[in-house]
Amino acid sequence: MTKWYRENAPITAEQLADELMRLKRGSVTRRHFLGVTGLGLATAVLARQPGLFNSPAFAGDRGTQMSIATWPNNHDPATFEAFQAATGVAVEVNVFGSNEEMLAKLQAGGTGWDLFVPTNYTISTYVKLGLIDELDLSKLPNYDASTETARFTNEGVVDGKTYAVPKNWGTTGIALNSTKIKTPVTSWKDFFEVAMTEADGRAMVHDYQLTTIGNALVSLGYSFNSTKPDELAKAEELLIKVKPHLYAINSDYQPSMRATDAWMTMCWTNDGAQLNRDMPEIQFVLGKDGGEIWSDFYAIPKSAANKAAGYALLNYLMAPENAVKEHIANGAPTTDSRVMKLLPADVTGNKIVYPDEASLTPLEFGAAVTLTDPGRAELMARFKSA
Amino acid sequence: MPLIPLPRPSPRSYGEKGQAASSPLPIAPVGQGNRTGAASPLRPASGEKVAGRPDEGRKFEIDFNGFILMPAATNTKRNLVTAALVAPAAAWLMIFLVLPFIAMLVFAFGERAPEGGYQAAFTFAQFARLPTRAAAFWNTMVLAPVGALLCLLVAYPVAYYLAVKADPRYRLILVSLVVVPFWTSLLVRTYAWMYILGSRGIPNLLSMIGFEDVRLLNTPGAVLLGIVYGYLPLMIMPIYVSLEKLDRRLLEASADLGARPVSTFFGVTLPLSLPGVMTGVALVTILLLGEYLIPQLLGGGKVFFIGNALVDLFLQSRNWPFGSAIAVTLVAVVVVILMVAMRIAFRVAGTRQVDLV
Repeated sequence: MTKWYRENAPITAEQLADELMRLKRGSVTRRHFLGVTGLGLATAVLARQPGLFNSPAFAGDRGTQMSIATWPNNHDPATFEAFQAATGVAVEVNVFGSNEEMLAKLQAGGTGWDLFVPTNYTISTYVKLGLIDELDLSKLPNYDASTETARFTNEGVVDGKTYAVPKNWGTTGIALNSTKIKTPVTSWKDFFEVAMTEADGRAMVHDYQLTTIGNALVSLGYSFNSTKPDELAKAEELLIKVKPHLYAINSDYQPSMRATDAWMTMCWTNDGAQLNRDMPEIQFVLGKDGGEIWSDFYAIPKSAANKAAGYALLNYLMAPENAVKEHIANGAPTTDSRVMKLLPADVTGNKIVYPDEASLTPLEFGAAVTLTDPGRAELMARFKSA
Repeated sequence: MPLIPLPRPSPRSYGEKGQAASSPLPIAPVGQGNRTGAASPLRPASGEKVAGRPDEGRKFEIDFNGFILMPAATNTKRNLVTAALVAPAAAWLMIFLVLPFIAMLVFAFGERAPEGGYQAAFTFAQFARLPTRAAAFWNTMVLAPVGALLCLLVAYPVAYYLAVKADPRYRLILVSLVVVPFWTSLLVRTYAWMYILGSRGIPNLLSMIGFEDVRLLNTPGAVLLGIVYGYLPLMIMPIYVSLEKLDRRLLEASADLGARPVSTFFGVTLPLSLPGVMTGVALVTILLLGEYLIPQLLGGGKVFFIGNALVDLFLQSRNWPFGSAIAVTLVAVVVVILMVAMRIAFRVAGTRQVDLV
């Protein structure tokens, strides 16, 4: 029998493909994969060549893998690719539809997140529960508190200690497909009425107590943050009445809006900007009767396994030249004046991203109490299971 | 896989002793080691008898896989072997089923901590709140059996074709085709349905023939469709197995005696395949009672199963005690339903063996 030319090779192409599929399925460990394919050895050898696969400037104990918990459509995927190219750390992105879900996961433990994106009103609770660490600002040279807008960043500081730094701010408004819905919608009161009439079966609300209950409260003339039982009871009545007319209860509404399965949805600024950019017929309006204004932050969980990588990514994202790309892709307004200067005029002039100050006046920041209030949590669960 | 308590297997299945020391659980009680494997209610060795011969007053036995078990030198050794064989499964069930269930039972009598989670207490308050999830319970109790029955209606003709009508040369290929979808994750296949049922799928085709803005996705119908699609192979296989074992001579005898095909089907084929039907229905119903994925994706978070309510209580409301109370109740309800269903099934199917594929 003739000697096949690859007989002395460490592994055949077929075997390599098999092992790779096994690794992807998670049935073998990375260590096993690298060992059996010989890639571990190869990497170890190559890694000794300075400047080939590693950059000395970023040398450290960050490993090759980290994990971030964030929101749907919240980042430019190119950002993470660029970060990996620069540091060798691959970023696994976990997407959540509500702060409550993130809190639940952190409370249960074992998330594996090295960085996550909580919203302003949750940070004091995370601190109180000891779930996040005070940030070591010396590891974040790219962050500059003096260029941040205090209104959007103050909730990251608890008792004088910085626990979270801002990602961007935004609002929760209404996105609607103007080719399908002709009735003008300018308030949350309109939203719920149209959801039961012209947009019957085509409107979406978030799978998120803060905004879904909050906007129902606003439409009834109450505070977005109310926890008063009688007001919540009214909101529940409205939501249960609307539910049979809804298309879905889901915080990831972009796919449905893009497919025109849904015609109207509760919508965050960044999604509104992204939808409008690709489909101009989708408009984004703020409720003139109120609604939410928010800022998202970056924080590092106390339980993070790879804090070094968490800090590295955070510092990378805080660099204005990187942040500006994120902001253009993501569509949410920045809290950082350094980034603002770098943004092109068509972004800063976009009324969805940077609305008039007057339209922001009726909006409210979420209140910490709503995160843990059992009344709101149970109302949301009852609404969904009704 | 849920455990289905099965009746004691018919005597003919397990050698000539006439009484199989079968426990309702598929684990042999350790220490009862003179019958390794015989306690498993899984498939009998195709029903044949094996003549035993005297050997120190003991008989050869056939275990459920058809292996002949040699009497061991000593009972102690056999007991050790039995214990070693059973230990992994027992440990697995202990760690991943019994202990979590006990934890859930403890949680169910607790209180929600102020920030969510669990706080020790002893109260029945969580059980008193169960009626607030009546709608989800009701939805589950209706959609699960309806889904299973729809599955049955679709699956039976397929299984019948495969077992009775299909050319034996192609049978293996055809049966494999039924199983092929399992090679892809249910999540991926259900996502595919989201596109098929979404605006750019079937509704888009319908709009071409004049039906504008038809909505299929996120309706109870879409959830039912997803259920039937997802669980069909689990229904086909047990029915196929019981039909395949069907003795064709009985059908010929029926025809010879003047029965029309329809009477033969309802008088001979269907009753003889009932064990498979019952297994399939039980399997699919039980799995559906805990269904989460399909209603979430094809129901838009609106068509709520109790499984979705559970996820919500743990991941959104962070009310672990209430979630535990619902889970415990669900387990109790499933066990009761199963016991009743099995009792009815065996009354209908006589003492016939029910197979789990």
